[in-house]
Amino acid sequence: MNLLLVWPILVPMLTAVLAGLVRADACRSQRMAMAGAVVHLFAAGALLTAVIDRQFLVLWVGNWPAPFGISLVADYFSAVMVLTTAVIHTAVTAYARQDLQPAMVRSGAYPFMQTLTAAVSGAFLTGDLFNLYVWFEVMLMSSFGLLVMGRRRSQLAGGVKYVAINLVSTLLFLAAVGLIYGMTGTLNMADLHVKITQIAEPSLVTAAAMLLMVAFGIKAALFPLFFWLPAAYPALPASIGALFSGLLSKVGVYALIRMFTLVFTTDTAFTHTILLVTAGFTMLFGVISAAAQMEMRRILSFHIISQIGYMVLGLALLTPAAIAGAIIYLLHNILAKANLFLISGLVRQAAGSFQLEKIGGLYKTHGWIAVGFLASALALAGIPPLSGFWAKLLVIRASLESAHYAMAVLAAMVGLLTLFSMIKIWSEAFWKPAPAGCRQTAPAAPISAWMLAPALVLAAAVILMGICMQPLIQFADTAAGQLLEPRHYVAAVLGGRP
Amino acid sequence: MEGIMAVLIGLVFAAAIYLMLSGVLVKFVFGFALAGNAVNLLIFTTGRLQHDGPPLIPAGREALAAPAANALPQALILTAIVIGFAMLTFLLVLLYRTYAEIGTLDADDNRLMQEADYDSALANQPTEGDSP
Repeated sequence: MNLLLVWPILVPMLTAVLAGLVRADACRSQRMAMAGAVVHLFAAGALLTAVIDRQFLVLWVGNWPAPFGISLVADYFSAVMVLTTAVIHTAVTAYARQDLQPAMVRSGAYPFMQTLTAAVSGAFLTGDLFNLYVWFEVMLMSSFGLLVMGRRRSQLAGGVKYVAINLVSTLLFLAAVGLIYGMTGTLNMADLHVKITQIAEPSLVTAAAMLLMVAFGIKAALFPLFFWLPAAYPALPASIGALFSGLLSKVGVYALIRMFTLVFTTDTAFTHTILLVTAGFTMLFGVISAAAQMEMRRILSFHIISQIGYMVLGLALLTPAAIAGAIIYLLHNILAKANLFLISGLVRQAAGSFQLEKIGGLYKTHGWIAVGFLASALALAGIPPLSGFWAKLLVIRASLESAHYAMAVLAAMVGLLTLFSMIKIWSEAFWKPAPAGCRQTAPAAPISAWMLAPALVLAAAVILMGICMQPLIQFADTAAGQLLEPRHYVAAVLGGRP
Repeated sequence: MEGIMAVLIGLVFAAAIYLMLSGVLVKFVFGFALAGNAVNLLIFTTGRLQHDGPPLIPAGREALAAPAANALPQALILTAIVIGFAMLTFLLVLLYRTYAEIGTLDADDNRLMQEADYDSALANQPTEGDSP
């Protein structure tokens, strides 16, 4: 039995229950969460090793054969996403030790973080469309809980917008699932790949595909559905913001990639053109809006949006090189983005504010934070030899090879504007001397190692990823090959290779 | 029969979207509840509406004797109802707290729309009491 597929989902769930039982004691709660995160990391690593060994791992839950029962499936793409999730989860749990207030911990922040991770892992590993819906809802509820913990005005205002739009996304997803079931009689993704081609009315399939695109587009923060993200994310503590930025929108991108390479491949002239145009607008509007902001978390939130545009561009081009570029971009972006949110929390600890006008001079007083920021920010902007450069290169080269020259130029321009934003944060927060009257902790009172270590580890991971890019690109090429040749996936799931 | 249901579902969706777009958050809650019901009706309709027997195999046989109702849409709807109910409950409590803190539930009111003041709003002080 392939129980390896179950551990990344089950371990955080169990930890959530245990951490929920001891949540009155902040210390014990933190230790439980940390232990659970480390076990989750090992489980995800074991899963990836097994998948590299055997190409596909399939589990028929309850031993009901697919397509009648729910199956859990891991291919290269899913397994590496689960591993990246586990890495972010561990880093954020370590960081949250000093970042979360005891009141939040007593309200149950750690159980919610664990259920969020369990739901994200479940969404990556499921092979059934309705099961994906259920994992999306678990993820949504956990994020609701984390968003409004603390009950401050800004959290409530941002929370209302977040909740409202995501509920609409839920409804659209469910409607699409209902329509797809009505057309094909199945909800198993592999079986859908087979049955979709046999539908008499292909325009109905496209209609359902567009409903799903909007639903996942809301989750993934595509244009023009992204306005919940800059409203909600800046209201979060840095650790929760890192968790959200690294996981939530990326699940939306994963769902888009999975659905539009496996299931909805019959009308790519329509659906993928829309994805292409949307990706372009997303990149552009995200980065232009970011250029107007002066608060660190708002800048980073808008950059999440513009980076999502790159990943969806890779999907929209639908060539092996483009999908491989999208996968590398996903991996690099999860690490770099989460790290930047953690760094913003450290800046707040060191300088007392998130507003760029009120802080400064951190280069002299807190050199390590500056190093961590530089690594992730330059990676995000695409400076060689960091990981972002390779990711952008892959995506831009794929769009040149597909003769979408306008998109390539747009992607390069957006990269330049991203660099502008990152340099703005650097010069305002780190380089310029501190303005008079700003509160700074004296260098003698150090930033807690529990907060600094995860940020530096993630920065090191980003640097390492850039240096060891060759095996990663080979991995991404294999993963893209698996995604674009679904018949092996279908054979593994329906044929029931144990 | 499914045609009539389709028209009905469309009407319910229209009413729900009208409520959701009204700009008053209490109406949004009603709109969400209506839309949830419309989606559940949609899933129900995809199971095809006929007069069928229950999906039970008679004693001594190995297959269904007569056309039977499809059990899967009902399972999907039950899940959707439960999830929708939980979301609705959360939405109601969130709106109640929002009204208590901010004082308005009108989406056009600036007090709900403004997103300034994050620093004082977010109490993210170093936690002195939390020693490792």
